Amino acid sequence: MEAGILNEFRAIVGASGLITEREELSTYECDGLTMFRVLPLAVLLPTSTEQVQAIMRVCHREKIPFVARGSGTGLSGGALPVANGIVISLTRMNRILDVDLTNQRVIVEPGVMNLNVTARVASDGYFFAPDPSSQQVCSIGGNVAENSGGAHCLKYGFTTTHVLGLEVVLPDGSLVHLGGQTLDHPGYDLLGVFVGSEGTLGIATKVILRVMKKPEVIQVLLAAFNSTNEAGAAVSGIIAAGMLPAAIEMMDNLAIQAAEAAVHANYPNCGGLLLVELDGPAPEVETLMEEVADVCTKCGAWEIHVAQSDAERARVWKGRKAAFAAVGRISPAYIVQDGVIPRTALPQVMSEVVRLSSEVGLRVANVFHAGDGNLHPLVLYDDSVPGQDKLAEKLAGDILRLCIKAGGSITGEHGVGQEKKMFMAEMFAEPDLETMQLVRCAFDPENLSNPEKIFPRPRLCGERPGVYEPHPLEIAGVAERF
Amino acid sequence: MPAETGVTTHVSWPELAEIVGKEHLSAADTTDAIDGVAPQMVAEPGTDEDLARALRWAHGAGLKVAPRGGGTKLGWGNPPASCDLVLSTSRLNSCLEHAWADMTVIVEAGCRVGDLQKALAEHGQRLALDPLWPERATIGGILSTNDSGTLRVRYGSLRDLIIGITVALPDGTLAKSGGKVVKNVAGYDLAKLFTGALGTLGVIVQAIFRLHPLPRESRSLSFSGTLESLNQLLLTIQASKLTPTGLQLQAEQGSAQLDIRFDGTAAGIQAQVKQVQQIAGSVPGADAPASVWASHQAIWGGAVPALVSKFSVLPAQFAAVCAQVERVAEAQSLAWKVVGQSVGAGYARLEGNEQALRTALLTMRDQVARMGGTMVGLGCPVAVKRGLDVWGPPSDAQSLMVRVKQRFDPDRTLNPGRFLGGI
Repeated sequence: MEAGILNEFRAIVGASGLITEREELSTYECDGLTMFRVLPLAVLLPTSTEQVQAIMRVCHREKIPFVARGSGTGLSGGALPVANGIVISLTRMNRILDVDLTNQRVIVEPGVMNLNVTARVASDGYFFAPDPSSQQVCSIGGNVAENSGGAHCLKYGFTTTHVLGLEVVLPDGSLVHLGGQTLDHPGYDLLGVFVGSEGTLGIATKVILRVMKKPEVIQVLLAAFNSTNEAGAAVSGIIAAGMLPAAIEMMDNLAIQAAEAAVHANYPNCGGLLLVELDGPAPEVETLMEEVADVCTKCGAWEIHVAQSDAERARVWKGRKAAFAAVGRISPAYIVQDGVIPRTALPQVMSEVVRLSSEVGLRVANVFHAGDGNLHPLVLYDDSVPGQDKLAEKLAGDILRLCIKAGGSITGEHGVGQEKKMFMAEMFAEPDLETMQLVRCAFDPENLSNPEKIFPRPRLCGERPGVYEPHPLEIAGVAERF
Repeated sequence: MPAETGVTTHVSWPELAEIVGKEHLSAADTTDAIDGVAPQMVAEPGTDEDLARALRWAHGAGLKVAPRGGGTKLGWGNPPASCDLVLSTSRLNSCLEHAWADMTVIVEAGCRVGDLQKALAEHGQRLALDPLWPERATIGGILSTNDSGTLRVRYGSLRDLIIGITVALPDGTLAKSGGKVVKNVAGYDLAKLFTGALGTLGVIVQAIFRLHPLPRESRSLSFSGTLESLNQLLLTIQASKLTPTGLQLQAEQGSAQLDIRFDGTAAGIQAQVKQVQQIAGSVPGADAPASVWASHQAIWGGAVPALVSKFSVLPAQFAAVCAQVERVAEAQSLAWKVVGQSVGAGYARLEGNEQALRTALLTMRDQVARMGGTMVGLGCPVAVKRGLDVWGPPSDAQSLMVRVKQRFDPDRTLNPGRFLGGI
């Protein structure tokens, strides 16, 4: 990078806010998905919105691509740097700016950790609902970029449900406010488009969050089944009975073994474990918990246990939330996958996964947000065996294709990022992707903001999808376009 | 944006008749006019492909198009700069797939909300939304106007319920976003972009929603008192562990009431009712009929001319908004009424003469803006709208919104002038 531009950056963020040494840059070469690594030209650590604006103005003028980064816990390579660009790290913008519990609003900078929001309001009985498993370390800015979910989004929704407003620096350095403290702002819902756009539309520098009152009672039921199919049938039974639990999680035997090895959650050793959390008024939870237990028994559960204390509930959840990392205890290497299927397709997709996994000879551990059909298959492999990483990658990809075939999605909460952009063309048709590009071109016509992510093929915003020209066959009435 | 020049000469309507079928293209009459702007023709395509082709044809012919569902909210927004063709979704009215075990539904844009709810109820489910005039309003219409009702207190608004969308763009592209699974972050969320866009970016032809179970039991109560005491009660309830599915404040000259609804199991409801009565203390309360939850619709009826504006403020500002409305109404000698949901959004109705209504709208809007909220003049005579933007002043995101419009509809084919800032 030219010395003049570096000096300009240094003048904006100060010497301590600019990283250019190779060794230090390597900290930023990947996010939670370590299979992709790219060294950026520089990393900038702004401390204010004005600094972010100044940086982006320089980038815009010089056509330097940039990638925003929070805590770097993303699992799809969304914060992977671009080789000819810079990384803008928001970790120093980590202040909670305002807490208004009367109206249930909290305003934060993007570098604030997810769990710190709840920590700040917990003593008053409030919580921030989105709870990705990485919530102890992941940032709100990253949650906004990825539209992060978590176990409790079955009932409470995703990050997008709980973000009411954003201050955003657009790729040309200008500042806009999307949404706000109040609902239904007149105009297009650009807030809704921005949340989950994986850093491709600009950088959020302030986030208005909604916090919620903690329910009166929270109970977790553990049910042990012989198979994930039986457990899956219980999930359908619970839903069919007209209940909306706060969370329904499922783990298969391999995932249970891993979690036990790592955090000793005291899970029963079974083929399919179901974790059902209900919350709400005490008499309501009591009634419904009995119904849940009945459904589970009817579907073949041979052990049912309701966590009795907060400590026990916390331990149950710890096992589930540690499941990804825990797999490291039973396998030298693994790929975390994130697909979604209609819940009813679970038995059929699971048996296909078993078939594929035995064909390839690799084990797959399964952790599901079963209530909303979000699968997290963990493909286990040995990276010291030549070629096994490629096999694992292919198996993980084939599982995604199963999800698409079942009418589901290639990602429920980890994002497309770098990892899955080629699958976008399998999930969506070309006109769908072209239409999404119209949004990107409105926000970022120069394609500077986290370029090369989400979409399988970069497209110049100058290109307009051509005015429709009828094919000679259409004119002749032989064929139709639709 | 430049004024529209309606290109209405040399239009070959038979070409459009060929696309949608002769019997589904008819000359417009006075009932098809939008704020007095009369279209020439009304087309009712029978498939989403035909709708896209019709739209592409109209775009190619330089016509201005107004998409229409049930036509219940055609008066919302600014008067169109021009309108040649109404593109009706009335024949795209099927509920295509109710995957009840997955709690999702795929539905065509022209399906009436009431019809959809009836179909969903067969499996004990619902779209957890109670928009205006459900017997006539269509899915495409409520999406385009971002209509909602009393259930949003618990279940959010359309942006929280829609999980997939198919739209037709002016160039004839049919594009999808989202899908039929509730949890899905693949690609941009165009469903949210089109929700509330008033048909200015494309025509919604299909939508996919997440569903909720119908409540097992339901009970409502109303409390009466002064506006300030009820606003305080509302905040206390919000800060409690109660989980109402409706919490609504109503006020008019000399009276105010707070309505609360609990859904769930009988035991859960009973316990919550007991708690809310304890919280309310000396504020008098009694069981209320379910019809109390139609107040947000009832406020649209009454003496004319009238102005119904939608406001959005913080929950703690309800009493202040009502006081502002009352003050302005009294200054202009207007009758007034307010119905709002505890999330901070509601309607204010004023009745009186047009000049006074117009003055009142401008004054109230300024005052609400000073409180950090917004106010939109949704329902009013055209005379009130003239010379002002019913959506209010544009924000710092206006030029970005214009750029979005330019990408999707560069020739301003769809509903020109009806949206914020002349979009």
